[in-house]
Amino acid sequence: MENARRSVYVDNAATTAVSEEVLEAMLPFYKEVYGNPSSLYELGQRAKAPLEEARATVAACLGARPNEIYFTSCGSESDNWAIKGAARAQRRKHGKDHVITSAFEHHAVLHTCQALEREGFTVTYLPVHEDGLVRVEELEAAITEKTALVTIMYANNEIGTIQPIPEIGAVCQKHGVLFHTDAVQAVGSVPIDVKAQNIDMLSLSGHKIHAPKGVGALYIRAGVFIDNFMDGGAQERGRRAGTENVAQIVGLATAVRRAVDTVDERVARLTPMREKLIDGLLKIERSRLNGSRERRLPGNVSFCFQGVEGESLLLLLDMHGISASSGSACTSGSLDPSHVLLAIGLPHEVAHGSLRISLGDYNTMEDVDYILEVLPQIIERLRKMSPLWDAIQTGKVNYDPYM
Amino acid sequence: MAYSEKVMDHFANPRNVGEMKDFSGVGEVGNPKCGDIMRMYIKVEGDVITDVSFMTFGCGAAIATSSMATELIKGKPISEALKLTNKAVMEALDGLPPVKVHCSVLAEQAIKAAVSDYYKRIGVDPEPIVGAIPECEECGCSI
Repeated sequence: MENARRSVYVDNAATTAVSEEVLEAMLPFYKEVYGNPSSLYELGQRAKAPLEEARATVAACLGARPNEIYFTSCGSESDNWAIKGAARAQRRKHGKDHVITSAFEHHAVLHTCQALEREGFTVTYLPVHEDGLVRVEELEAAITEKTALVTIMYANNEIGTIQPIPEIGAVCQKHGVLFHTDAVQAVGSVPIDVKAQNIDMLSLSGHKIHAPKGVGALYIRAGVFIDNFMDGGAQERGRRAGTENVAQIVGLATAVRRAVDTVDERVARLTPMREKLIDGLLKIERSRLNGSRERRLPGNVSFCFQGVEGESLLLLLDMHGISASSGSACTSGSLDPSHVLLAIGLPHEVAHGSLRISLGDYNTMEDVDYILEVLPQIIERLRKMSPLWDAIQTGKVNYDPYM
Repeated sequence: MAYSEKVMDHFANPRNVGEMKDFSGVGEVGNPKCGDIMRMYIKVEGDVITDVSFMTFGCGAAIATSSMATELIKGKPISEALKLTNKAVMEALDGLPPVKVHCSVLAEQAIKAAVSDYYKRIGVDPEPIVGAIPECEECGCSI
């Protein structure tokens, strides 16, 4: 096969490049304005003002108030804080020790819920249907008087399905249960309004939207009682101590502002690219799109190809300059296929052949054309040497019901 | 996944890959549920494996270990091929990441399975010669 002809980065759900605009916004805070925002003198106050401006920006982008935004080090931290902090406080204050989540959450949520189970909490893992969506009525049926918290992701990181968040918010409000959502993948792709959508806590991350790695935020609705994340100084209203990462917080706010202001353009630009990719890949024999085609992020294309294994697929794509992922990057290193694909009902045999392409602001239709040129050849090459493909073709095994 | 240059070479340019029509023995090991299946074909003349080929469904390491294993037994007497260990395959590839060690075990087993099949086809009980083909102990998958 030919060597790489171009470089196509289509793993934007894993991370993104820091944008020029974000970088420029951050740079002064490394050199000139290095003061500690907690300091009284001018250099400190010159850092304090942009910090609070950043808070107001993020708040405005989510429909929140500035005093409801807390800066963190990443999306995982936000998830950990929201879930553990709220669940423990609920148990202490109200004796509630039940948490509801879904089977296909990010590990930052799933493993946090498992940690709560070790503390004696009961956790309900709602099933996810074949379309990659949870059912609001099943969620409502799972709520008991012991339920402290519901945590359901806004959009899935792997198959890109967008959950019925406003409906879930309404149900939680009706039953007086706190509702947290991991919106790391959704910011910039879906319009978010925490008040209108009845969201009590929301996690977001910078590096998925062209801010640097190592910065995130948590929205906590005023009045929600939650344990402190880190004890220490008075930063972040005393709930998350530690000198603020001013430069990256300013970068995060710049990125959130850009992402949210351009949601409509992004959806309009990425959707035709996504649709062309899906149409093109569905032409490959015995392939399937994972999750609902309609209720999905504009940049997400998740497929399974029978008879092909995901890692070898990624390695060959990489040799052609294409950076994509198979399942979630967090699952590499384990030999089991992604819990997300298993949760939507796929057998291991099919889930092993998964590919996630996640388009972002820097991708073009030419990238899509290049992928559609290269990928079918790679699938063909792998299938030609695959004894599983041989068995599929001779009818010894049949996975077509899952297609 | 940090693969050695040799692994990447055998993955990108697999040796002896493809179906063999006039084989003397064929063996298949692995499991689609675990994400890898290896099928090994051998052509035997006298006591010598004169030709060998493989088909593999699996990760980069599975394809590379299959390819390397075929190279290591091609032209060798059966007795020597049966002595090939997964460690020797790994060493020939300049090592494998720990989670991929099971791929080299599969390669060793695939050769034994192909030789067993050859003996069965010529009416010889393979058990005393090849021994039992153990289950993969390195596999970390959940089934």
